[in-house]
Amino acid sequence: MLPELGEDQLRELFQTMLVMRRFEEALITLAGEFDVGHFHVYIGQEATGAPALGLLEDGDFGFTTHRNHGHLLARGVDPARMMAEILGRETGTNQGKGGTLHLSSLEHGFPVTSAATGGCIPLATGAAFGFSKLGNRRVSVCLMGDGSLEEGAWHESVNIAALEKLPIIYLCENNSLEALGQRANEYPSSSMAASPLTGLAAVFGMPAVAIDGFDAGEVHDTMNIAIARARAGDGPTFIEARTVRWPGSRPLWPQLLTGELDLTIAWDETALPDEHVEWHRSQDGILRFTRELIEAGNLTPEQALEIDAGVKAQMKEAVQFALDSPYPPPEAALDHVYA
Amino acid sequence: MPELRYIDAIRRALQEEMENDESIVILGEDVTLGGPFGATTGLADKFGVTRVRNTPISEGAVMGMAVGASLVGLRPIVEIMFVDFITLAMDQLVNHAAKLHYMSGGQLRVPLTVRVQGGISGGYGAHHSQSLEAWFLHVPGLKVVAPATASDAAGLLKSAIRDDNPVLFLEHRALYWTGGEVGEVIEPIIFGRAAIRRAGTDATVVAVSRMVPAALEAAERLEESGTSIEVIDPRTLAPLDLDTILESVRRTGRLVVAHEAVTVGGIGGEIAAQVQEVAFADLTGPVLRVGAPFAPVASSPVLEKLFAPGVDAIVDAVQRSLAFSRDGAPA
Ligand SMILES: Cc1ncc(C[n+]2csc(CCOP(=O)(O)OP(=O)(O)O)c2C)c(N)n1
Ligand SMILES: [Mg+2]
Repeated sequence: MLPELGEDQLRELFQTMLVMRRFEEALITLAGEFDVGHFHVYIGQEATGAPALGLLEDGDFGFTTHRNHGHLLARGVDPARMMAEILGRETGTNQGKGGTLHLSSLEHGFPVTSAATGGCIPLATGAAFGFSKLGNRRVSVCLMGDGSLEEGAWHESVNIAALEKLPIIYLCENNSLEALGQRANEYPSSSMAASPLTGLAAVFGMPAVAIDGFDAGEVHDTMNIAIARARAGDGPTFIEARTVRWPGSRPLWPQLLTGELDLTIAWDETALPDEHVEWHRSQDGILRFTRELIEAGNLTPEQALEIDAGVKAQMKEAVQFALDSPYPPPEAALDHVYA
Repeated sequence: MPELRYIDAIRRALQEEMENDESIVILGEDVTLGGPFGATTGLADKFGVTRVRNTPISEGAVMGMAVGASLVGLRPIVEIMFVDFITLAMDQLVNHAAKLHYMSGGQLRVPLTVRVQGGISGGYGAHHSQSLEAWFLHVPGLKVVAPATASDAAGLLKSAIRDDNPVLFLEHRALYWTGGEVGEVIEPIIFGRAAIRRAGTDATVVAVSRMVPAALEAAERLEESGTSIEVIDPRTLAPLDLDTILESVRRTGRLVVAHEAVTVGGIGGEIAAQVQEVAFADLTGPVLRVGAPFAPVASSPVLEKLFAPGVDAIVDAVQRSLAFSRDGAPA
């Protein structure tokens, strides 16, 4: 289902999802030619992150995990500076100090990526505590993987958030639907006896809903309600957005196993590849969103391809910018230890 | 002797110990799949998933559980994926594992092994690059082991598993794929016995973990300019074989301690203090430390390189140490 948004906003959302996807495709391709180190990709979760984070306003905060690229891009962080950061360049968002696992951009409301699973849950809760004390109607969004529910920090934080009625949305991206980690013999593990996961928040007396993370409309509507509740001072919400892990994220190092996204699949059945058919038919949130936009008459295939061409060109520039950027000078290693 | 990679030597020691002692269990994230680098690959097939247990991402609870299980007769081996995340398990490790024997007046024993890898490599950044051994040295009741070779990794791990105390077994990620000779039969290596990796006369270099191969390379280079250094690998940091270090320092008069951890508050300072307390008169120069600068590890490859001290830093420290004279210029 499409989010209830005007045509321009819908197209913007479409473009944001493409930025997320094309950025990481470019990164994976670059990693084939150049040692960029290890990284995780958000591919397959764009239909969650784009509409959810598109609802935030200036001054709202998001906190994220190792699977962070899409989150920052959704809030408008410059892909060129992110690419530069991942390649360890001085022009990167963190001046080469953080890398993929610690990308941050305060001006875009993304202070912290923590590589420690669950590490951001208390931080996001603390930001919400701060907002509530400041009385500024801002909200904090905690972006977390299903795995982070296994850490004690989750259970301790959600209790406090409920007690204090904090303006926070715990957006838990459960990307292990099909692949429940150890059972499917795949990395990483996700082992949680609680089922459904929403029970882990509901017991604290907050709204806790499971939604289809491939459905941009459902994500948008659910987040909208949660944000309104938080801004009104009515307390936290837990959202479990369910997606299927992208096949290319199953190996420890991401691979373009489903190829680069081919938008034509959205309107031309004959373009459907023989491999990973289920992925292309129903699990790629971007293809699904594209189909919906076209069916509703909000976008034509030609317009879709035109927007995509623009995004691809932008990513090419981002990669070039990163490659052309200098590395930080050695003295930089000792900067910023203390404020 | 057959060559084994460090990581394979670890796996072999685990396997042999598990064959001999049914009370040994492995607990950790994705250990049935081998963990992130393959140290436990195949063990679940061999010993079954009752003895090789995948855990949720719950380091604190898993560490405490392992302590509890050790009290009732198991010999748990906990794997923490990166030493950086041992922070989440510190309470159980420091307040319980380390102290239960003492606090119970000797009633309780905690035969726990904590396997964990760390160190700088791969541009992972500040949450995946630390060397935290000094934290644990400060805690009475813990033993701390840091093997530098494949053969030591195997022999020390056997001793760690057989030890009736909690042992922190620190593996270096960058050493995993380095090979070394490992005997047909892996004998446990007694804790508290340093290895002299290379004999020398002009200066003593105590090198920890990955600094051992770096120190040996530095020794080659220094030899070209006529300087002979003795390289000592303490192998276990707690207990520390001070005697071997002292014996060497008494001969050379000069001491450099090299580790990959941040210099400030590192084991270099502790070794320097212990040596000068006993052998002040034998020292002909200040004890110098080689370690990482005082900053979290940056992920940029050019900055990361500045954090892991290497051959150059050791050569430089030895030269500075030798240049010192009591009546001349300071080091
Ligand atoms: C405290 C901590 N323990 C272990 C790890 C290693 N690790 C990295 S990603 C990951 C799995 C996280 O699963 P989830 O939160 O569901 O995120 P996903 O990768 O599935 O998006 C683990 C265990 C870590 N980064 N931090
Ligand atoms: Mg997950």
